[in-house]
Amino acid sequence: MKVTLKIWRQPDAASDGAMHTYEVDDVSEDMSFLEMLDVLNEQLNARDEEPIAFDSDCREGICGMCGLMINGEPHGPEVTTTCQLHMRSFKDGDEIVIEPWRADAFPVVKDLCVDRGAFDRIIQQGGYISVNTGAAPEAHSIQVPKEAADRAFDVATCIGCGACVAACPNGSASLFMGAKITHLGELPQGQAERDTRVVSMVAQHDHEGFGGCTNIGECTAACPKEIPLDVISQLNKDLRTALQHGH
Amino acid sequence: MARITLEWEGDARGIPHVLHAIGTGPGGDSVATVATQTPSPVTGPTLVAGARAARTTIYLKLLMALSGLFFVGFVLTHMYGNLKAFAGHDAFNAYAEHIRTLGTPFLPYSGALWIMRVLLIASLVVHVACAAALWRRAKQARTVRYQVKKHTGAIFASRLMRWGGVTILLFVIWHLLNFTIGKVNVQGGPTNDPYNLLVDTFDTWWLTLIYLVAMAMLGAHLHHGTWSAFQTLGLTGTARARTRAKRLAFVLAFVVTVGFSIVPIFVLAGVISK
Repeated sequence: MKVTLKIWRQPDAASDGAMHTYEVDDVSEDMSFLEMLDVLNEQLNARDEEPIAFDSDCREGICGMCGLMINGEPHGPEVTTTCQLHMRSFKDGDEIVIEPWRADAFPVVKDLCVDRGAFDRIIQQGGYISVNTGAAPEAHSIQVPKEAADRAFDVATCIGCGACVAACPNGSASLFMGAKITHLGELPQGQAERDTRVVSMVAQHDHEGFGGCTNIGECTAACPKEIPLDVISQLNKDLRTALQHGH
Repeated sequence: MARITLEWEGDARGIPHVLHAIGTGPGGDSVATVATQTPSPVTGPTLVAGARAARTTIYLKLLMALSGLFFVGFVLTHMYGNLKAFAGHDAFNAYAEHIRTLGTPFLPYSGALWIMRVLLIASLVVHVACAAALWRRAKQARTVRYQVKKHTGAIFASRLMRWGGVTILLFVIWHLLNFTIGKVNVQGGPTNDPYNLLVDTFDTWWLTLIYLVAMAMLGAHLHHGTWSAFQTLGLTGTARARTRAKRLAFVLAFVVTVGFSIVPIFVLAGVISK
């Protein structure tokens, strides 16, 4: 099949970017979306043109590195990561618009690559539990109810790709934070720092320039890991509780 | 005696970039570069210290949720009063008078009414101020827009909140000029009789039209806003609670829109008349 690509090109963070049109022939429907871009880059290389920069790492949907806005949807039309999207989701002759995540907290580094360091700094502000190093404790010494363990595990599948921010009309990272807050809040080990965690993470989120949540739900629709909207309720509840505790 | 000192050399912006080891001895100085580091940007990202829950965007949302739920209580009470129009001239006017004598003699005449007015104005200031602050933040959070953007997963009402809210605010100002502060009777009749003012107003088709458009906006605002308030208050932590909150919000929006709209429609149809 043949596709027409409209891709955002931007040489570096300081320069202006623009949309460029490319045609790719002989696309197999079994190719992943990123393999299709690899083919285009081979062609660009052969013509001595600068290849298109995009992020990818594991290419098996678990690392959170890839992420493109494809025809107005983060990671494209399927509920999965960009690397796990295949060309069979498109038709011969389709025009595909590819843009980087758009959020001022995620500045464009080059072409389709954005700097998601803001997520790292949010995690740095409390997305962890503090434990003393030493011998691993006996796993059964702290009992976790099955429901709590399941919920913690389900939301811990968040890979921090940033699709929620990319989809959100407010550029909010509430689904990402909610996933982390819920994951650690469901477990006994997460209780000691529960109040300070939520306040510090939300303060860092606001400081990075992400917008506020208006509960629209485009984030959860875009999430490749199907993190549910109720983690944002949990996030709000934890912040309210911290407020009541005087934080 | 030989001595070695370490010294950073700055880059073009003066940020430490290259580490030199300078050896000083009897035979003179020798300099060796021992390390380089990638300079950090001039205005690098910073971490927040001394975070307070009351200075977060979620706190603003909590204030919006609480003031919003107070408005929900108000519109339901207001709607109940309006529906008294179906009971006729005397019942409607008696209700209007009862609002003023509520709580007397413990409260002065119109005392309860003024307490309500002050609370409503305070809620309005909080609701609008927080909305404006969050609106501005959202604008700044994405200054470069997408060429193509779909809104998968969003209901239309949720995308109408801000401009819909502005529309409702303009309507409220108009509505107060019409019935409370200015008391305008476009048909030239008396304005000191609430029931007759109501009938004269909604007998005019374009006033009824403005009212119906405003009620549609209010319905949309409540449809998303009520569920959103529950979510912001952290009361929708499970899929079941979320479904229930969304259903409640829809029912509330429907009841309020229909409950307010039938009075002017029935006036225009001649069912409610002088």
